[in-house]
Amino acid sequence: MPEQLLYAMEVTLNGLMAGVMYSLVALGFVLIFKASGVFNYAQGVLALFAALTLVGLQNGQVPFAHVINAIFDTNLHTFGWKLPALLAILLAAAVMVLLAIIIERLVLKHLVSQAPIILFMATIGLAYFLEGLGDVMWGADIKKLDVGLPQGISDTIESLTDRWFGYGFFIDNLDIVATLVAVVLVASLTLFSQYSKQGRALRAVADDHQAALSVGISLRFIWVLVWSIAGFVALVAGIMWGTKSGVQFSLSLIALKALPVLMLGGFTSIPGAIVGGLIIGVGEKLFEFSIGPMVGGATENWFAYVLALLFLVFRPQGLFGEKIIERV
Amino acid sequence: MLYREAGDFKTTYSEDSQTFPIFFDRMGYYVTLLLAFGLVPLFINDYWANAVFVPFLIYAIAAIGLNILVGFAGQVSLGTGGFMAVGAYSVYKLMTSFPDVPVLIHVLIAGAITAFVGVLFGLPSLRIKGFYLAVATLAAQFFLVWLFNKVPWFYNYSASGQITVPQSKMLGFYVTGAQTSASAKYLFCLVVLVFVAVVARNLTRGTMGRKWMAIRDMDIAAEIIGVNPLNAKLTAFAVSSFFIGIAGALFFAVYLGAAEVTEAFSIQKSFLILFMVIIGGLGSIFGSFAGAAFLVLLPVFLKNVLVGQLGWPTDLAAHLELMIVGALIVGFLIAEPHGMAQLWRLAKEKLRLWPFPH
Amino acid sequence: MPVSHAEEGYVTADGRQIGGTLMELRNITLRFGGVVAIKDISFDIHDGEIRAIIGPNGAGKSSMLNVISGFYIPTEGDVYFKKVKRGPMKPYEVARLGIARTFQNIALFDGMSVLDNIMTGRLTMIKSGLLSQAIWYGAAAREEYQHREKVERIIDFLEIQNIRKTPVGRLPYGLKKRVELARALAAEPKLLLLDEPMAGMNVEEKEDMSRFILDLNDEFGTTICLIEHDMGVVMDLSDRVVVMDYGRKIGDGTPDEVRNNQDVIDAYLGVAHD
Repeated sequence: MPEQLLYAMEVTLNGLMAGVMYSLVALGFVLIFKASGVFNYAQGVLALFAALTLVGLQNGQVPFAHVINAIFDTNLHTFGWKLPALLAILLAAAVMVLLAIIIERLVLKHLVSQAPIILFMATIGLAYFLEGLGDVMWGADIKKLDVGLPQGISDTIESLTDRWFGYGFFIDNLDIVATLVAVVLVASLTLFSQYSKQGRALRAVADDHQAALSVGISLRFIWVLVWSIAGFVALVAGIMWGTKSGVQFSLSLIALKALPVLMLGGFTSIPGAIVGGLIIGVGEKLFEFSIGPMVGGATENWFAYVLALLFLVFRPQGLFGEKIIERV
Repeated sequence: MLYREAGDFKTTYSEDSQTFPIFFDRMGYYVTLLLAFGLVPLFINDYWANAVFVPFLIYAIAAIGLNILVGFAGQVSLGTGGFMAVGAYSVYKLMTSFPDVPVLIHVLIAGAITAFVGVLFGLPSLRIKGFYLAVATLAAQFFLVWLFNKVPWFYNYSASGQITVPQSKMLGFYVTGAQTSASAKYLFCLVVLVFVAVVARNLTRGTMGRKWMAIRDMDIAAEIIGVNPLNAKLTAFAVSSFFIGIAGALFFAVYLGAAEVTEAFSIQKSFLILFMVIIGGLGSIFGSFAGAAFLVLLPVFLKNVLVGQLGWPTDLAAHLELMIVGALIVGFLIAEPHGMAQLWRLAKEKLRLWPFPH
Repeated sequence: MPVSHAEEGYVTADGRQIGGTLMELRNITLRFGGVVAIKDISFDIHDGEIRAIIGPNGAGKSSMLNVISGFYIPTEGDVYFKKVKRGPMKPYEVARLGIARTFQNIALFDGMSVLDNIMTGRLTMIKSGLLSQAIWYGAAAREEYQHREKVERIIDFLEIQNIRKTPVGRLPYGLKKRVELARALAAEPKLLLLDEPMAGMNVEEKEDMSRFILDLNDEFGTTICLIEHDMGVVMDLSDRVVVMDYGRKIGDGTPDEVRNNQDVIDAYLGVAHD
């Protein structure tokens, strides 16, 4: 096979892997949107916040050390212990549940009957708040996240492909893990929503709030539940992204890429989030590979958005969304 | 007791539809103009101009622009930073290409160029609505910033990738460049702001404003009573981008002097101006002023108190600012979705009846 | 299919002269996917008459009104307005032909005042451009005040002077219906479509609304086509009535003719199936 084609194949594979990462964040969006009609702009920041919390817990950082030091003129930084990764993840998940409860209490409860666009803007405010909170709690420096996931280039794949094509593909071990995790996550979410009692309630609420209320489903419980799940998904995404490129502010911007993914896939479709993520991942890698060098590179900054924009002009409901019939 | 409409009879429709129908408001408006033009320029120094007044004036222009799109026409945009960049780079190219033309003309042309770009990115608004559109405008934001960063023609092939404003004069005074006085910067921006505010007010109180608000409140009904949605949405994008482009041009040419697109016009700028509009009041020109003033003053205030008084590190103050702004946005949307402008209206309604409760 | 009255107009029972055909619907069929909402319906609306469309729930009345107002484009059949065939048009183009309507579920602009809402009815007549409006001087201002004067007349006619500057969102239901009528009237339509103008009203409000409808047909000569559930009101108001059931037309004629039509009686009272 010609070198160029093999290289394009490798780019495509890497794109697929990147797409899985986007899908992970997009999943959180879809969950919340389906159950509450809230377009949660803060999902990306939730991932950042989850990753920050995880690193902080793992390294035994003192929360709010900055503020405490500023007020009391102390010099606190860490408790001086290190938590094992698994315990830290469990604790971080607990923090995300707590956060979900607080968000429901302080924000969502008061915005129940507002227009979707108002809710959307509220989540932008929430994103700002959480970003500030993450920085104030754990500090804004770039942190390394290591929970023991394999990193670096996969030797197995390289030697396998080398034997098949005479050209070794470079695939990141972490991306393979991320793909596996994504598969497990989607499978378990599907099982949960199809077969558990809470899952059924969740789907009922997604269909019709009023009707769900009238058969005795607690809306507030469902909202806390769904935001907790979204928080957990954010934690998973945060671990993957954080391990890959360090825990820092730009993580919340990478998560913004989940938005065009959703526009492609439709806001209410879990398969849509996956397929959309893969299309965006492959598309932007191939575009950068083929067109990028001609126009100065870094086309990944905008490719996803422009693709989604053009796509929507021709199919406003996304790939898997239902056609909207307007009525008067 | 002074603040009331009783006895102030309107005998023509033009009196009834004026901007400040209440005598007391009208006087307040004239006094504000008088102070802004007559008194402030005499006392303004570099600190006040750069920290408070000039950014306030420029952000107010941008906020009015965005408010027309979001508050009046109901089309949410997250591309404000990108559109400001179009204004900034247009004015830069114009000033370096035609140095003899007065900079005010360049600023207006930069606005017109931005209006054109705005219409281009506004076209999808016909097919997509609500937050779909909001996300689609992110395409404008990221694409435009990338464009100005990667195509050297836009920054005249300068080695640093920055654009630096050339010096220029109007009426014998420097208005751009290092030698510009604080009062010249201030007055230049003030004149543009007054122009923008008057035009915005005229458009929103008349036919155009009704078309925009009709589309915002119920687009299907608007179309059935005869509003062409293409026309209404695209004029909203055009007028809004025109103002935002002017704001971007001033932000670069008068305020910053030198700019790098990824820093000066990032997505953070888009959010900042959206927040001004929300906190100030969606669909209110006065609210745009209030929101701009509030978000310009808040960091200055926090910095003075936390860093100046308490001696906290600057980065901590910046993070606290994020939290406060975020909380305020959520708070305003919960308590008063129409922002400070509505609080002000309610206060005035109370005042009109004072001292009676009803 | 023969039309019950002459093409060239007729004289009503109470002696009013009705003009020729204003709108004609020929063999209209409307399908949504597999669902047939309207099945091969033809009827006409004469200039100056009050025409009603009645029928049980789900008969396709609202769909019919949406076809007339141009919001739905019929799958088959043609619409003639003033003897000219109307091609597929955007709703706002239909509005410019002089067809205005009200909605079953009130469709007012909640964020605007009553006055502004009614002023939107005149949008199609505004000629001044963006620049002229931006400086609020000359043509734009003059036009604004001329239209304002016309709108004030409608406000007087419908007796809503005192709520002129109130935001529409704060009004009670009955008044909203009246404001919506005012907005439609502001367009000075040739043909006015009313979608259940009396739904959800109490007896007094119904009487008021009926009076407005009759007055405006009488004083301005506006042609009115209305959908209504309340049979009593319809029979009193209208000159001719179309009866629909399951998307088909089962009756057409004066209120008396329709009242004695066996199909109509069956549809309303039910019929014994063997």
